[in-house]
Amino acid sequence: MNLSNNPLLWVTFLPLAGALLVALLPDARRSWIRWTAMAAALATFAASLWLLAGFDPSSGQMQMVIQVPWLRVAGISIDFALGVDGITLLMVLLTAFLVPLAMLSAWSGVRERVKGFMILFLLLETGLIGVFLALDLVLFYIFWEFTLVPMYFLIGLWGYSRRIYAALKFFIFTMFGSLLMLLAIIFMGLQAGTFNYTDLLAQRELFAGAQLWLFFAFALAFAIKVPMFPLHTWLPDAHVEAPTAGSVILAGIMLKMGAYGFLRYNLPLFPEATLRAAPWLAGLAVVGILYGAATAFAQKDAKRLVAYSSVSHLGFVMLGIFALTQQSVAGGVLQMVNHGLSTGALFLVVGMLYERRHTRDMAAYGGIWKVVPVLGALMLAVVLSSAALPGTNGFVGEFTILLGSFGAPALGTPWFAGLATVGVILAAVYLLHLYERLFLGPLTHEENRQMPDLNLREVLILVPILVMVFWIGLYPQPFLDLINPSVETLLQSVLPAAVAMH
Amino acid sequence: MGNGDISPLTAVLPELGLLALAAIILVLDLFWDRKARANLGWVTAGGLLLVAVLSVFMAQPPETPTLIWGGMLRLDGASFVFRMIFLAGAAITALMVSENQRLSAQGEFYALMLVSTLGMSLMASAADLVMLYLAIETTSIPLYILSGFLLRDQKSVEAGLKYLLYGAMTSAVMLYGFSLLYGFTGTTQIYDIAAGFSGQNGLPAVYPAAVIGAMLLVLVGFGFKVSAAPFHFWAPDVYEGAPTAVAGFLSTASKAAGFVVLMRVLSAAFSDQALVWSGVVAALSIGSMVVGNFLALAQKNIKRLLAYSSIAQAGYMLIGVAAAGAGGESLPYTATTYYLLAYLATNLAAFGVVAAVSRLTGSEQIADYRGLNQRAPGLSLALAVAVLSLGGIPPFAGFFGKVVVFASGIQAGLTWLVIIGILNAVVGLYYYLTVLRVVYQRAEEVEGETPLAIPAAWKTAAVLSAAGIVAIGVLFLPWYNLSMQAASSLLTFR
Repeated sequence: MNLSNNPLLWVTFLPLAGALLVALLPDARRSWIRWTAMAAALATFAASLWLLAGFDPSSGQMQMVIQVPWLRVAGISIDFALGVDGITLLMVLLTAFLVPLAMLSAWSGVRERVKGFMILFLLLETGLIGVFLALDLVLFYIFWEFTLVPMYFLIGLWGYSRRIYAALKFFIFTMFGSLLMLLAIIFMGLQAGTFNYTDLLAQRELFAGAQLWLFFAFALAFAIKVPMFPLHTWLPDAHVEAPTAGSVILAGIMLKMGAYGFLRYNLPLFPEATLRAAPWLAGLAVVGILYGAATAFAQKDAKRLVAYSSVSHLGFVMLGIFALTQQSVAGGVLQMVNHGLSTGALFLVVGMLYERRHTRDMAAYGGIWKVVPVLGALMLAVVLSSAALPGTNGFVGEFTILLGSFGAPALGTPWFAGLATVGVILAAVYLLHLYERLFLGPLTHEENRQMPDLNLREVLILVPILVMVFWIGLYPQPFLDLINPSVETLLQSVLPAAVAMH
Repeated sequence: MGNGDISPLTAVLPELGLLALAAIILVLDLFWDRKARANLGWVTAGGLLLVAVLSVFMAQPPETPTLIWGGMLRLDGASFVFRMIFLAGAAITALMVSENQRLSAQGEFYALMLVSTLGMSLMASAADLVMLYLAIETTSIPLYILSGFLLRDQKSVEAGLKYLLYGAMTSAVMLYGFSLLYGFTGTTQIYDIAAGFSGQNGLPAVYPAAVIGAMLLVLVGFGFKVSAAPFHFWAPDVYEGAPTAVAGFLSTASKAAGFVVLMRVLSAAFSDQALVWSGVVAALSIGSMVVGNFLALAQKNIKRLLAYSSIAQAGYMLIGVAAAGAGGESLPYTATTYYLLAYLATNLAAFGVVAAVSRLTGSEQIADYRGLNQRAPGLSLALAVAVLSLGGIPPFAGFFGKVVVFASGIQAGLTWLVIIGILNAVVGLYYYLTVLRVVYQRAEEVEGETPLAIPAAWKTAAVLSAAGIVAIGVLFLPWYNLSMQAASSLLTFR
């Protein structure tokens, strides 16, 4: 096996290499630093496309697997193991796609300590991609924790006024869940004599006796990250106080780590516990959808509104996952991508407004459509995509999830999907409310008359995202083709256990 | 491993080297003028490095543990690994001390530190209660003096006295325990005591309760050395008052010495009471974690914070010792030893930065670390690495230390203890992050501060220990194997 030909290694470690390179540049050369970091991020994106080109979409199995022994603890090998399936691939593509755009958004927003910012951003990217690709539980945990440190600094150093409180809360919340997961990982490793994901999956009977507890430990870590109601309280603070680029990555990718964790670890490793917990978690997901939507509507701060909309949108993803049908899970995966695009774009737009007026209070805007028509038009597209209008990506995702969970045997009743449907309407309400408060109506604030419209750089940030929004909205088949075989493989390892239980 | 027949003299090469080095330092101190004496730190560190290198090549332990010097010392993996730990700790401390005008120009400082290190080396290999007691006192007495070394600083003198009083008290209790053990079994040889309890030495068998009583008395002394709660009361005051480098030395090398003795004596002499001492150590562990972490939350002085943090860290390490008693084979001691290695590099880095900052800015208040990043980016990075490692964040050494210690607890069936440890780790993270936050506070909030000039010796110390933190973590295997070598020798009784 020639490792240097494996795109997995490149896509994981190119950002790290970029960070090291940036670290060598002199502090004062800001444009060198920016362009080097951007080159590293774009190279990573290219590597992710290379990964896509080499991927066989017809198989739902792990592909291009790398497995190198790394550590040994108590006679148990901890491997450096990476692999990719359709779900992973989409997450990696999303990460590699959003990072350069988020970086571009920080071009003018971050003027101080550019070097530190770019180094942390690239380190974060390595961590994120590692989380998705890892096939060894300890390695996964290392990447998982590792993402916390750069994000802590990004929020704590470049954030807004309450950044320190937010960064600390973010770190402590996530760490609390993670450490119990570490306990569960060690326990499973000692029981089964391996930390390798594939091997653990094959021997899951060995720790089946404790699977409710193990499920709980993993679920806590992931539910905090997603975040599921009622563990979401860190999210509004962290999202609002983070710098725009940080919010984009937080909402766009880091929340997906939680949902991905449920899919990759909870479902196949603890199938019986999954079935037992499915109605409860789906219930929490529905509560999250409605609660997030209601709270979003009540916000005065545009960024906070977007933050709460994440709670609601991620509720759909979790409902899809725990409805446990082929369609609902595939819809959930697609919706993970959709949310990354739409909410990422919403944060970008709100950030652009903030750069112009230095406030996020919706009352400070109003009627600015006439002043900034390009921004207004692009924002409209973003808002409609987030509100799941037919023709946009959000519609495909949420519709598939709802369709898949109506008759889901794991849930037993269509009520979950029924109530979730209300969430779709509520989403339209609070998002259009946001748009109306910002852009429509009379121009009430004189100072808004001088607001400059988008420059080329800002248009360049939004256009690629909108292309993806409409691509997925109008022709989702290529994406579903990537997702479906992997979801099928995943569910095949969950559902036989279901049959055994009933 | 080295050859089987090692001569008694090369076997104690590290100790001889330390003695010679101490003598050389005292002589140089006499003949060098004040200016030249500023280089004594480099001489000490270089000498220690030389001793370590020579020991690696000439004094490797034999394959099977061997008693030498009439059963006074035991040459085995553990004694070797721990002696190297002490040499490394002393070398870095020496670098931290040099350039500190109040300490560095005085040869006695280095000589005392070397004698204390010599005592620790003997603690690591002592196989006889008499030898062990002498070694502990040889370690402690110089440390009492070093803590009170700043004679014009009332806090330092107070620290020295406090340390002396606590040390003398616990040492007396421990000695009483030793005397009971001798009375019960008729031997002072640690590896014969277990047999003595059951009457195999010609004396009548001993009541189990009496054995446990003696064991508890001995544990008081060891608990003091590792600064485990409830024997921790001296630590915050002594750390705060003592010269910072000494506090760093106390919290790493001295703690490690306490741990190797604890592990050796408990496993060798009290092998039949394993479940009892496992429970007692678990209780000490919980007490240390809770007391250390929760009291650290309230600290405003960085040295006091690190003192409480070091109590908490001792608690995590004790999970490994408790797991050994609960039947965890060689993993627990491997875990504790690895954790000590990681902790050595980590805490030395932390104290090194604190020593540098307090000399340069004259403050030990956490609030005065505000914006340190702008004035000394290198030191700040070293402190950040150290603090993240203490908090157990990958990819630093402290993370892997926590993983192996927790794994040993789970393997031995002490999952409840590990859960308590995990909850404590979250609390610990809070104050570690607080330090980080202050250090990296933003530019406009710091006024008119100039960059700090950092002497070469301090840079070397900070770089060495920070590199150690990363290397011990990422290049896990060699360190883990070393720890395993130490652990298995601790569990080989004959």
